[in-house]
Amino acid sequence: MTDTLDAPKTLADGAEDAPAYPIQRKCPYQMPPGYEGLREKGPISRVTLWNGRVAWLVTGNELGRKLFPDARLSSDVLDPNFPLLAPRIEAQRQQAAAPPLVGVDDPVHARQRRMVLPSFGVRQVNALRPVIQQYADDLLDKMLAGGPGRTVDLLTEYALPMPSAVICQLLGVPYEDHHYFDERSRHVLSSSGPEQAAQAQQAFTEILAYLDDLISRKQAEPGDTLLDELIARQLEDGKVDRNELAMIATVLLVSGHETTSNMIALSTMALLAHPEQMEALRADESLMPRAVDELMRYASIGDMLMRVAKEDIEVEGHVIKAGDGVILSTMLMNRDAQSFEKADDLDIFRPSGRHVAFGYGIHQCIGQNLARAEMEIALATLLRRVPSLRLAVPADQVPVNAPFVLQGVSELPVTW
Amino acid sequence: MRISIDTDRCIGSAQCAVSVPFVFEQDDDGFSTVIAGREDGAGHPMVREAVRACPVQAITLAETQEA
Ligand code: SF4
Repeated sequence: MTDTLDAPKTLADGAEDAPAYPIQRKCPYQMPPGYEGLREKGPISRVTLWNGRVAWLVTGNELGRKLFPDARLSSDVLDPNFPLLAPRIEAQRQQAAAPPLVGVDDPVHARQRRMVLPSFGVRQVNALRPVIQQYADDLLDKMLAGGPGRTVDLLTEYALPMPSAVICQLLGVPYEDHHYFDERSRHVLSSSGPEQAAQAQQAFTEILAYLDDLISRKQAEPGDTLLDELIARQLEDGKVDRNELAMIATVLLVSGHETTSNMIALSTMALLAHPEQMEALRADESLMPRAVDELMRYASIGDMLMRVAKEDIEVEGHVIKAGDGVILSTMLMNRDAQSFEKADDLDIFRPSGRHVAFGYGIHQCIGQNLARAEMEIALATLLRRVPSLRLAVPADQVPVNAPFVLQGVSELPVTW
Repeated sequence: MRISIDTDRCIGSAQCAVSVPFVFEQDDDGFSTVIAGREDGAGHPMVREAVRACPVQAITLAETQEA
């Protein structure tokens, strides 16, 4: 065999050097073991998935920002070559319905995104800020009422119910029902353990059925929320069918829950581990928007974004062949030393860099304005009102989510 | 310098409107527009960064000749 220095390398060239992936995090907001080596091999290398398949791993920030918007990389989860990170996702795919927004390409994606986009704009989100503040205060009133010295789970007492209430309000889901889907949302995006594969599937189906039923109720008795608007402007005009609408609502509801709640929990942990930065934030809340971006970069909770190549793509001396699986690691992109100085340090004073924690390209998080507002308010309120907050267990005993789901913790015991 | 936004491409992520609210705003459909009268970026240093930050590269800068 000749050493083909010049010929572009394909997936098969060097497949023997493709470590198992994904890798479990030890600390919920730090790079898992093995990432250091992957980073050194950057900006693109190979990994082996659970089913033995080798896929590309993109770790370089600049390269990733070039590839994310490339229309030759598809998000179509129904493509038979789409790379899957765990057996349970295979099970989900058997259902043969692609999740709207996240699992489809343009033009379907663009049509769906345009439907819901106006509700997530800066102005609309800013109008919600007082409501978000109220939820934060009410939840802390309840949590603090038991007095100091108790141990509570910050995730279920604060970090989860807050975004849950907000997305319910925005969509028009009666908040009385939140227990029904709070728990089920967790199963869909964050549950750990192999035995929960079926549970994730069932939880999704149940939320879908709930929202389908809610659409019927709203058709009989219209209101003025996002869901009502979609029914009036899209469903009744025949621009979207009922099942698709229920699926869109499910995706928004589930993502609205899990992502922000995990970020609030991990941000709290990370700030507690950096008391001087926490104090700076407490002293000057105007630092919060930038701090939120830095915390997003640092924790990179939606680490693995999968794509499948529809055509050959030549990059950096490699050729991604049509049908190859491509995983973009937002954590490694966000910790690329060429783009971020001291990339592994949390530094809330860092100039808001080019992190890709909300993704990049056409699928960039549609709820990012809402998520930012929720994080800013949740963290500022927590710091202000609970100055003696601390973890109730050593940080390394906080249970971390499985590697193939949204990164986060399954509980966060705190005291004050 | 003249800023233009390809509205067919824009996905309404609002990155531009958040980072340079003096120049960019969102319309009622959630897409971005350049505030009237500020098509030249009003000398704002962050405009170039907004171009880079746009996730779909929908913002372009055309260098105009100085009169
Ligand atoms: S950053 Fe780009 S995609 Fe986002 S609103 Fe501005 S122009 Fe549109």
